[in-house]
Amino acid sequence: MSILILAEHDGQQLRKAARQTISAAQAWGLPVHLLLVGDDTAAAAASAAKVAGVARVIRVDAPHLAHPLAEDVAALVVSLARDYKIVVAPHTTFAKNILPRAAALLDVAVVADVIGIKAPATYARPIYAGSVLATVENTDALQVVTVRATSFDAADDGGNAEITSLPAPAANGKSRWVSEVRNESDQPDLASAPVVVSGGRSLGEQFHQLLTPLAQKLEGAVGATRAAVDAGYAPNDWQVGQTGTIVAPGLYIAAGISGAAQHLAGMKDSKIIVAINHDPDAAIFSVADYGLVADLFEALPALTAAISK
Amino acid sequence: MKALVAIKRVIDHNIRPRIKPDGSGVETENVKMSINPFDEIAVEEALRLKTQGIVTEIVAVTIGHGHAQDVLRHALAMGADRAILVDSTAQLQPLAVSKILKAVYEREQPQLVLLGKQAIDDDAGQVGQMLAALLDIGQGTFASKLEISGNEAIVTREVDTGSETVALQLPAVITTDLRLNEPRFVKLPNLMMAKKKPIETIQATDLGIDTAPHLKVTNLAEPPARKPGIKVNSVAELVEKLRSVGAI
Repeated sequence: MSILILAEHDGQQLRKAARQTISAAQAWGLPVHLLLVGDDTAAAAASAAKVAGVARVIRVDAPHLAHPLAEDVAALVVSLARDYKIVVAPHTTFAKNILPRAAALLDVAVVADVIGIKAPATYARPIYAGSVLATVENTDALQVVTVRATSFDAADDGGNAEITSLPAPAANGKSRWVSEVRNESDQPDLASAPVVVSGGRSLGEQFHQLLTPLAQKLEGAVGATRAAVDAGYAPNDWQVGQTGTIVAPGLYIAAGISGAAQHLAGMKDSKIIVAINHDPDAAIFSVADYGLVADLFEALPALTAAISK
Repeated sequence: MKALVAIKRVIDHNIRPRIKPDGSGVETENVKMSINPFDEIAVEEALRLKTQGIVTEIVAVTIGHGHAQDVLRHALAMGADRAILVDSTAQLQPLAVSKILKAVYEREQPQLVLLGKQAIDDDAGQVGQMLAALLDIGQGTFASKLEISGNEAIVTREVDTGSETVALQLPAVITTDLRLNEPRFVKLPNLMMAKKKPIETIQATDLGIDTAPHLKVTNLAEPPARKPGIKVNSVAELVEKLRSVGAI
């Protein structure tokens, strides 16, 4: 029996979260197979086959999989699942949409957002926005799991997996893809950036002006609180927190962020946390390695300038 | 068309949860409980569709015992037409909840099922997808925009790379994200009036559904605390500290 990873890719290569899932999957000590869906996965599959720890790459190509729908991919996962002991994917919006649907069809549970695999069917996962850590034993014979990618190192190249192709099930008649808007920006991927500079609503209209130069200096990404996104200062995919993106960079700079539990849930595993806030009592200081009580509109440009020296 | 809105009672999002001294669970006695914020957005969306003349009846459903009714009263006070309590004292996991909701769906035959994308207690985020699977209908998860056009729900979904729009044949299940709408405040007179609206009770055990848990929670613990940090007095000192630990 083997492990099936539902592996996200960009058409050319695996996303970093998929590599992190490959490394997480080594805990089970079983052969790892990757499932790649798309309209043309040739390049992504060739690149995925070189990742260490992968035994097989399964390509499923079809025109209707160019923009994969949960209804279609869940049906595909169900059709493959009987040959596997584990089905796992990173806890991204892609897999969160698909795996619960597949699991229900298989009449099994999903263990979501796993941050540690303690034994073959025993997992650590945060609940209540990370305020509580639960240890969960899954009694199902087929384990369906999503893992928090940032809790695992990305698998490197060094493998030589076989590549196989399977036909796609026909498109479902219940849903169709209409369009997408990619929040294109020059910044590195938020979830995997080595540095994240995040701001709260108090930055106001100067959100980008204050944070982007600092993030660029540090070769990092800009993140935001829910309030800053709701106020329209930052796009939705910049939101860090319980319901946004979970990040764990080497350096996290929180500027004008009060530190609501929902935000902390998305960043408190960062290696070094810097908090800059005018309010000395802000909760963010309780998780910060370095706290600076200061006026943001002075401190941020000063910090940007100091770093370039 | 009829909309079924599934809601959950959870510890209020402003309250820090405490693990019971015996480690058997999280303390919910004498703790402020509220409607799951994402579910409140689902109720609000149903109300807006009713204002537009698209939805004609809103049925709120929750599963639980005793005080679980409070969130149904909240939904009724917001404007839901009627409510169903599926009475159960069991600890239900997402798959069991989905099976119960499927039974309610089959009784009510709604065209639209709305519910939050996740509950802020167990953060599982699975019930909508599982319910759609069991019903063999389409799903629109993490919705930030919803339009009904003919026999289709046009759903804009918040995804990691931006947003995506899908069209779902009705009936369909929609799970709501934060930016779909801002729920209205419930006024006290509405809450009083809601007390007069009937809540129908169904015994979960009468549904003949296997709700046995698949997952066993064997331990609950506080996450390890970060080691205390220091306050710096100036940007210059901050930069010096960050350089000394190799962070920049």
